[in-house]
Amino acid sequence: MKQSSLIFFVLALVFSLRLSAAELNIEITRGVDNPIPVAVVPFAWDGINLLDEDIAQIISSNLEQVGEFRALSRANMLSLPSEEREVHYRDWRILAQQYLVIGKISQVPGGQMVQVQWEFFDINRERKVLGEVLTGSMSQLRDIAHEISDVIYQEITGKRGAFSTKIMYISAEGAIGSTVFKLHYADYDGRRAQILLESREPIMSPAWSPDGSQIAYVSFETDLPRIYIQDLASGQRRQVTNFPGINSSPVWSPDGSKLAMVLSKDGSPDIYVLDLANDQLRQLTDHPRAETEPAWTLDSRSVIFTSDRTGQPQIYKVDAAGGLPERLTFDCFYCAKAQFLPDGVNLVHVRRETRQDNSYGIAILNVQTSRVIKLTETALDESPSVAPNGSMIMFGTTAGGKGVLDAVSIDGRIKFRLPSLQGDVREPSWSPYLN
Amino acid sequence: MGMQFNNVFKSAVLALTIIGLAACSSTSDTEEMAPVAQTAGESDAARAARLEQERLERERQEQQRREQAALNTTVFYFDFDVAEFQPADRETLIVHARNLAANPNRRVRLEGHADERGTREYNLALGERRANNIRDFLIVNGASRNQLETVSYGEERPAANGQTEAAYRQNRRVEVQPAG
Repeated sequence: MKQSSLIFFVLALVFSLRLSAAELNIEITRGVDNPIPVAVVPFAWDGINLLDEDIAQIISSNLEQVGEFRALSRANMLSLPSEEREVHYRDWRILAQQYLVIGKISQVPGGQMVQVQWEFFDINRERKVLGEVLTGSMSQLRDIAHEISDVIYQEITGKRGAFSTKIMYISAEGAIGSTVFKLHYADYDGRRAQILLESREPIMSPAWSPDGSQIAYVSFETDLPRIYIQDLASGQRRQVTNFPGINSSPVWSPDGSKLAMVLSKDGSPDIYVLDLANDQLRQLTDHPRAETEPAWTLDSRSVIFTSDRTGQPQIYKVDAAGGLPERLTFDCFYCAKAQFLPDGVNLVHVRRETRQDNSYGIAILNVQTSRVIKLTETALDESPSVAPNGSMIMFGTTAGGKGVLDAVSIDGRIKFRLPSLQGDVREPSWSPYLN
Repeated sequence: MGMQFNNVFKSAVLALTIIGLAACSSTSDTEEMAPVAQTAGESDAARAARLEQERLERERQEQQRREQAALNTTVFYFDFDVAEFQPADRETLIVHARNLAANPNRRVRLEGHADERGTREYNLALGERRANNIRDFLIVNGASRNQLETVSYGEERPAANGQTEAAYRQNRRVEVQPAG
């Protein structure tokens, strides 16, 4: 393996607009019972050539993907207004719509820029709620559509939308012995995927810096697991660690000042914290069993982690300044890979209830009430990653013999899948807000 | 640790004794059945010496064959969620350790793996524990620390695909690879 990796090791840093073959498409596998009806009318366009993207369609898909909404089919629309004076509320009330989105796109003279004027109406109150004009290049139509979706989502639900966020994930393609590993970067819905890193050796544990400008991951490209940090805009990367043994699970503190990680240089995996300002390394746990999968509390003051010090993996919390860890999970056979939701109270984790049930699902533990909600029962669920608005959790699972990415709403009612066209996909990592 | 070493030592001695006994009995069988060519003019003493020489040579070859078979075994399998290797692999590993002791320039890389169940980072830890257990056993049995390199791939490099117990069994393993 060592020799072949030296010969065939390929490292590609591609940060162009190249589309990845493993682009994901969303299919909703489960939705809510009474979704809010929204009509998104095709946006008018004053240009001659057809546009690459259908903004209204993207908005409809976004709203449907989170499950709380149902978009009206275009074929059922009685009129196709593109500005306020063309809106007849009656047309939409007949169709039992609650909200209406319209818009028009026009070319900015003398360039590749377009102007998107859009408006949002409450049908029951018969009034315009919002309206704005966005300007961008032709290649930014999807970004504009996501931005409009974010505003609509916030207006209706009161929660900030996460449609403009990104994900990273890993794919593995090819037969055993000739597998190619790739780190991908894509819109939250899997569209516009790009390859950030490609290697003949495994890539693991992608993580975002809190401002979204940098990423960290584990790459085996030297034949050993080592942590790297890469700047997204420039593509520049550097190896952060080179300790004997495991170097894994990098994760930024929410304040951006530190990187928690796992090192086994002293014999067994322990949690360490690297201060990024002065390169000082602090050991947080010291135990002969395995300590791994660190994650920060929202205040950057504590680190939660998985430890099998009692025999089976359980979740613990330790002060980032040091001290004795506190155990957080008790009633499961296997509880691991935990991460706090933005509320700081609910802990998302991978859970196997008993030795007998042999199924790994995503669950939420309320650390104040000790109440546990199981969100999934797919048997091989892992690597949960929370959307920055806390509304959805994306995770890796197995379907039809290969790795796929699923997302589930925080209440477990809504679920959608991002199936890949090629290879196994795993380890989704949801970005922070990027705008 | 002392206790463990003592046990390991005892079983090593026991294993050697068994190998020795097996070699003895098999050679004496061969000796009785093999036609003995009398070289003209060879004295009884010379003949006895030659036969002893031949017996030792056969014994040496047999032991070499067994050792080669043991050295050719480079994948060791583990039970689910268990980091200790299987007792049946002890003798094979002792041969590996002795071979390393006899060849101080030889270096090996112990690659630890886990099946896909459970979380990826935890499986990385499990794979390392498996590789480390074999490394420590080899050291106790004569290999030197600087001949051994360990790495864990966790569940990232399966030997078999699929969500079956058969595939999982093949994936929970430590592979002994030549190290550069």
